[in-house]
Amino acid sequence: MTLLKNREAVLAFAILLLVALVATRFPAFVRPANLVNVFNDTSPLILLAIGQMIVILTKCIDLSVAANLALCGMIAALMNGAGVPLPLILALAITLGAALGAINGLLVWKLGIPSIVVTLGTMTIFRGTIFLLTNGAWVNSHQMTDGFKALPRAVFAGLPVMSWVALAAIALFTVLLTRTPLGRSFYAVGGNPHAAVYTGINVGRTQCTAFIISGALAGLTGYLWVARYAVAYVDIADGFELSVVAACVIGGVAIAGGAGSVAGAVLGALFLGVINNALPVVGISPFWQMAISGSAIVLAVAFNAAQNRQPGRIILKSVEAR
Amino acid sequence: MIQAASPPRAIPDRLQSRATRALRSWETILLVVAIAVFTVNSFASPYFLNAWNLSDATFNFTEKAMIAFAMAMLIIAGEIDLSVASIIALTSTAMGLAMQAGAGVPVLVLVGLVTGLVCGAFNGFLVAGMGLPSIVVTIGTLSLFRGLSYIVLGDKAFTKYPPGFDFFGQGYVWWVFSFELALFAAAALAFFVLLHRTNFGRAVYAIGNNPTAAQFSGIRVARVRFILFVLTGLMSGIAAICLTSRLGSTRPSIATGFELEVITMVVLGGVSILGGSGSIAGVVLAALIMGMVTFGFGLLNVPGIVMSIFLGLLLIVVIAVPRLLRGK
Repeated sequence: MTLLKNREAVLAFAILLLVALVATRFPAFVRPANLVNVFNDTSPLILLAIGQMIVILTKCIDLSVAANLALCGMIAALMNGAGVPLPLILALAITLGAALGAINGLLVWKLGIPSIVVTLGTMTIFRGTIFLLTNGAWVNSHQMTDGFKALPRAVFAGLPVMSWVALAAIALFTVLLTRTPLGRSFYAVGGNPHAAVYTGINVGRTQCTAFIISGALAGLTGYLWVARYAVAYVDIADGFELSVVAACVIGGVAIAGGAGSVAGAVLGALFLGVINNALPVVGISPFWQMAISGSAIVLAVAFNAAQNRQPGRIILKSVEAR
Repeated sequence: MIQAASPPRAIPDRLQSRATRALRSWETILLVVAIAVFTVNSFASPYFLNAWNLSDATFNFTEKAMIAFAMAMLIIAGEIDLSVASIIALTSTAMGLAMQAGAGVPVLVLVGLVTGLVCGAFNGFLVAGMGLPSIVVTIGTLSLFRGLSYIVLGDKAFTKYPPGFDFFGQGYVWWVFSFELALFAAAALAFFVLLHRTNFGRAVYAIGNNPTAAQFSGIRVARVRFILFVLTGLMSGIAAICLTSRLGSTRPSIATGFELEVITMVVLGGVSILGGSGSIAGVVLAALIMGMVTFGFGLLNVPGIVMSIFLGLLLIVVIAVPRLLRGK
């Protein structure tokens, strides 16, 4: 019974069921090599979903992650063209991502502007900046050095580096969230901001830190994305922020803050990843993806609400229901 | 909304006089900005001060502003709808399907209105009926509605709308006054009356300020919320009819990014994103300003994506400046 109530277990079961369902018709789908592929394809989503989850934990939302990813990816590609060595590119991409996240965070912290407004604004500003940098030109495969393109694909102990990065992030942020004061303060800020203040937590600074983490992950993913697909242009990862939020909502992260786990966000991302990879296999047009992830968000949020509804004395029904 | 509760307000010893309040109001600032933008534009380009050019410029904002009126009420009530642009896409696709089935102009309009209404009711049911947070629900339906449009159309498009359908987006009522402009004026008037002169409008403010208190004072909170979502869907449907008629075609990517411009318009118009305050007059002025700025940039050959940077900056600056001035 407790297993049934465990969000992550239910989700993991749903993913296994989904994979098994596809496997009954197309056994090749469950070959280890293909499953590794699915995980690798989903790695960018996992990385961003972890960052987004931390932001949502603190009662905020970051709609600018995809634009941040695209801007950092483009700048990584441009630096590569200018002959900057790869380790420096990586460091700069992460730093730039963190700096862009800090812009969001500072606007939320210092000016108290709602995060949805801030990130809706910075989303267009970041993407517009790519256009200003390049005048709309693409950076194509032949303009990138081999080392730049090879890193995310390099196989290491059976897994590509991109998957290893995702696994490392999962491990790092699980420890950060469950075993450090900073991690606990994310939950405290989202669970009850007023109580958090009285326990000595700076709510604004904690929210700002969450945005910086989300931004840094977006910057890192920006390099990985551009290097893996070997192309950079204004519209890469367009609308990806919706999939990221979807992964979090499906993973049981409460949009009102204070509840969620790295495992949940990762499973939510994998759920979407499996669907996206299975669609072409079972012969459904990729044009269905958008509607499916939309329905998944709506269903997941309805499911979350039904599960979190606490039994107790209801004084005024329709207000309590909210 | 997902923001922490605001600190308690200080109540001043003396209230300002009516005249001082009017002079210091956000609407007055907007009016000054609108006049300034108009003046700068007239000097920046010799083509700006021309009745037909100005008439063309109104198409920049009429469709978005029609949605912005309903969105303003929704935001005042403390909710938000991010799916409006996707409702336009789905509505336009539904009209395209009806057109393929041989529907005439009246049926097309009916299909458009009903589709918008149904989409709004769906959002409203999820938010007001099931008590789900509007921001996530409408992020979901944003993806769902446009996704349905992609399923129907894929990489294709509906064209060949029947003759006569072009009137809604391209027709003129009198001289340089387009049908869309007339519709915009009518919508502005209707929403002004609804928000500022009816019990329903007062209920919207009450819910935005304190939903629990509103409930205890006998306002049917869930029903008002539901109606607001239906209204936003309906206005998106009307905007979809105008836009489809103006473009003469439907692609699944139609109206991409409209939600941002609509919300920017509402916030620029002085509506508090946290709910509880704002006015229709402010939104009208914001629509005029955004339309003129876009038009002015267009005359100066500024590319669309640069305008979107400007809009993003505008959205943040407009909220940031008053907070900075007040010392937060």
